[in-house]
Amino acid sequence: MAVIETQGFKLDNSGRRVVVDPITRIEGHLRIEVNLDDKNVIRNAVSTGTMWRGLEVILKGRDPRDAWAFVERICGVCTGVHALVSVRAVEDALKIKIPDNANIIRNLMHATLFAQDHLVHFYHLHALDWVDVVSALSADPKKTSELAQSISSWPMSSPGYFRDLQSRLKKFVDSGQLGPFRNGYWGHPGYKLPAEANLMAVAHYLEALDFQKEIVKIQTIFGGKNPHPNWLVGGVPCSINVDGTGAVGAINMERLNMVSKIIDDTIAFIDNVYIPDLLAIASFYKDWGAIGGGLSSQNLLSYGEFPDIANDDSAKSLLMPRGAIVGGNLKEILPVDLKDPEQIQEFVGHSWYKYADETKGLHPFDGVTEANFVLGKGTKGTKTAIESLDESAKYSWVKSPRWRGNAMEVGPLARYVIGYAMGNAEFKDPVDMVLKKLEVPLPALFSTLGRTAARGLECSWAAHKMRYFFDKLMANLKAGNLATANVDNWEPSTWPTLAQGAGFCEAPRGALGHWIKIKDTKIDNYQCVVPTTWNAGPRDAKNQIGAYEAALMNTAMAKPDEPLEILRTIHSFDPCLACASHVMSPEGEEITRVTVR
Amino acid sequence: MTETFYEVMRRQGITRRSYVKFCSLTAASLGLSPAFAPTIAHALETKPRTPVLWLHGLECTCCTESFIRSAHPLAKDVILSMISLDYDDTIMAAAGHQAEAALEQVMKEYKGNYILAVEGNPPLGEDGMFCMPGGKPFVDKLKHVAKDAKAVIAWGSCASWGCVQAAKPNPTTAVPINKVITDKPIIKVPGCPPIAEVMTAVVTYVATFDRIPELDRQGRPKMFYSQRVHDKCYRRPHFDAGQFVEKWDDEGAKVGYCLYKMGCKGPTTYNACSTTRWNEGTSFPIGSGHGCIGCSEDGFWDKGSFYDRLTNITQFGVEANADKVGLVAAGVTGAAVVAHAAVTAIRRASDRNKTRADTADRVER
Repeated sequence: MAVIETQGFKLDNSGRRVVVDPITRIEGHLRIEVNLDDKNVIRNAVSTGTMWRGLEVILKGRDPRDAWAFVERICGVCTGVHALVSVRAVEDALKIKIPDNANIIRNLMHATLFAQDHLVHFYHLHALDWVDVVSALSADPKKTSELAQSISSWPMSSPGYFRDLQSRLKKFVDSGQLGPFRNGYWGHPGYKLPAEANLMAVAHYLEALDFQKEIVKIQTIFGGKNPHPNWLVGGVPCSINVDGTGAVGAINMERLNMVSKIIDDTIAFIDNVYIPDLLAIASFYKDWGAIGGGLSSQNLLSYGEFPDIANDDSAKSLLMPRGAIVGGNLKEILPVDLKDPEQIQEFVGHSWYKYADETKGLHPFDGVTEANFVLGKGTKGTKTAIESLDESAKYSWVKSPRWRGNAMEVGPLARYVIGYAMGNAEFKDPVDMVLKKLEVPLPALFSTLGRTAARGLECSWAAHKMRYFFDKLMANLKAGNLATANVDNWEPSTWPTLAQGAGFCEAPRGALGHWIKIKDTKIDNYQCVVPTTWNAGPRDAKNQIGAYEAALMNTAMAKPDEPLEILRTIHSFDPCLACASHVMSPEGEEITRVTVR
Repeated sequence: MTETFYEVMRRQGITRRSYVKFCSLTAASLGLSPAFAPTIAHALETKPRTPVLWLHGLECTCCTESFIRSAHPLAKDVILSMISLDYDDTIMAAAGHQAEAALEQVMKEYKGNYILAVEGNPPLGEDGMFCMPGGKPFVDKLKHVAKDAKAVIAWGSCASWGCVQAAKPNPTTAVPINKVITDKPIIKVPGCPPIAEVMTAVVTYVATFDRIPELDRQGRPKMFYSQRVHDKCYRRPHFDAGQFVEKWDDEGAKVGYCLYKMGCKGPTTYNACSTTRWNEGTSFPIGSGHGCIGCSEDGFWDKGSFYDRLTNITQFGVEANADKVGLVAAGVTGAAVVAHAAVTAIRRASDRNKTRADTADRVER
């Protein structure tokens, strides 16, 4: 093809094609193809969602009060976020107001997910892009201890501790059964950490694996289990009883104490392990502050999250900032409205779906989803054994959402840049601290490194907000306010014949919206536009590329057969592809205006 | 020389005495008598780690997330010391060609000696291309890896029954894995997700005894799935006493009454939630005020609203009728329920044996 110019990028697919499929250490199934020039620099990038489930057609005709459980199963990694947005959408449609305690408990459960999900992402999905496990074998445990103690007061840092761990690791490697570390890119020239930093990071990989399961117990206390806790339209299912008969059957003082202790432990782990590790590792990878920026210096979107005032989702109530930045203009934060048909639209020109007019996008309330699995003429291989895709045609199960026609990046970096641009100290000060500590300029934020750093800062922010929400809850209980559910409109007989609503949140991976239409007490239409759709989506009708493709552009690969650089940048988004599930009938015709991506 | 689990533990400074205690606890958590502790100890002392290949089809990764929540044993210790998790897209370091090469290497080196663990399920529609890792139908990959596996574990309700993507009208024709793997023993560990410690206990059991656990007629380990949530629910006395939550957050909810009238599916759901509980015993759905939604049962998405109460429970004998899930809410008056509950306790003992056989027949689909 000829070179395509879009959004400041020149897409040239004439060079060597490299395919990475599966992209591992993500949720779901993703394929990346790139073209390299003769210097092994990426000159064209192709992002393909390779799975499709069809959840929303399944929702049609069901009880709206059940929807949270179905959509919660969109994702078990960011578990609960779809459920939260679903109950919000139903409550918006049916004009149900929830009690203050329910709002606080939901916020607390959601902040809990942020803390656990970001922590797991950094250590278990992303760290191996930066940490060479094999190199850790040659570390000096004493020097490792000195390193650890120089950056943090975390007590697990003695030479003996690191020596024991190294010895366990050595035996593991010597066994020849490398398990999940088998065939990793160990020894790749892209790994820059000294052996001691690698050993420290491996130790924390294992500690974080042990600790993350503690954080989620807060969701278990209020929601009964994790993954996939229980939610309720009108409030939360757990009642509070701190005084009388049967207090042990509800949220009582013992349960609250447990929550409080977990919050303390979570803050301690994140601030004394995650953040110091992040800064220490980042200091060896400052060059990645100029790689992988993609759309982040141009277009960013956040719906905002954590309503501080129950039933008020306006910008003033939201603790996490709301707004859009377009064209890199940090001086202007544009207002966002999920119900405005001109703002959020989805395109399918390069997705395996069919519209009557594919040059136009459709708002989720009016969306159409009709699968159309056709491969372009330039595809190599066969329909069921694809070697490489033809991106000039349809090439992904993910759609292309646009905000006022623009491809947007969503996620922690988007939220931090928007908060920074607003001058919100909760977001600006930590960013300035990191920039200063790493001695890098502001533009370094728009990068793979910036994305990964923002997630770490946000993890700490969320952990401290858990304490804030808990204290608010306790203040209510002291004042005698114990209500957790509003059942005035629980019975379908109280509902109007027709209703529609939208719910949103900021999920760990970015802006998430659900749109619901209710008719005769049943779901008539249900649609979701999820964070990974924004970031992983393919090109649109105007050939504008999405955030993943943009972020990979112009990255040099040291060893094209070992795609470490691709993994670093893609993982910096924390992909979640199970959300890439659209709807159609078995016969292929449209059966409902319902989509999930 | 591959090191054994015992060597790993000793190396970490675990004393022989602690090790024996660990084996006793393992026996207890597996529901085995203390007499089995020496067997476990012997197995762990002598066996190399069993390779596990963990594939992901159409799913949401909640099973993996649950697995890493395991507290005893810790997921870390399972992965480093008990099994060799040689392929799992969610956590493995390698990607693309290197990941696929790892899969092929292990299949060859350990032919007939590895365990296939499946999270999610294969869609058959569109020639299988609704799930196309590596550019090929997942169903082909699944069959390919199953061919030389010594045993197959179906993690969660997706692999076991189909779960949410197979709910009506099942747009992708997603099927449980036993529809495409027909020549191997399959251990079904249903739940959305399954309980973490149930998952690791099943793996530990297989690795320890080198055999699959005793399964019921639906393929589920009897040690965890032979009793209903209702049978061991701590709120059961309130059911029997006719004390129910009538509305969310009412006085009954605050004192922990039975959630039957709020749609709880505990009476028809076979799982260990009310005994093992979730997240290191922290709670379980009913313990936190919401009814069981029946997520370990086949087709639980298509049995009516989660808030419809089970309706075809006749006046005498919830035990005998518990598997007939009402599809619509209606018909049962509070008075009838109370009357039923009052006599249930009396009838339960005499009905129990009959119920077990009756249930086993009925759940066969």
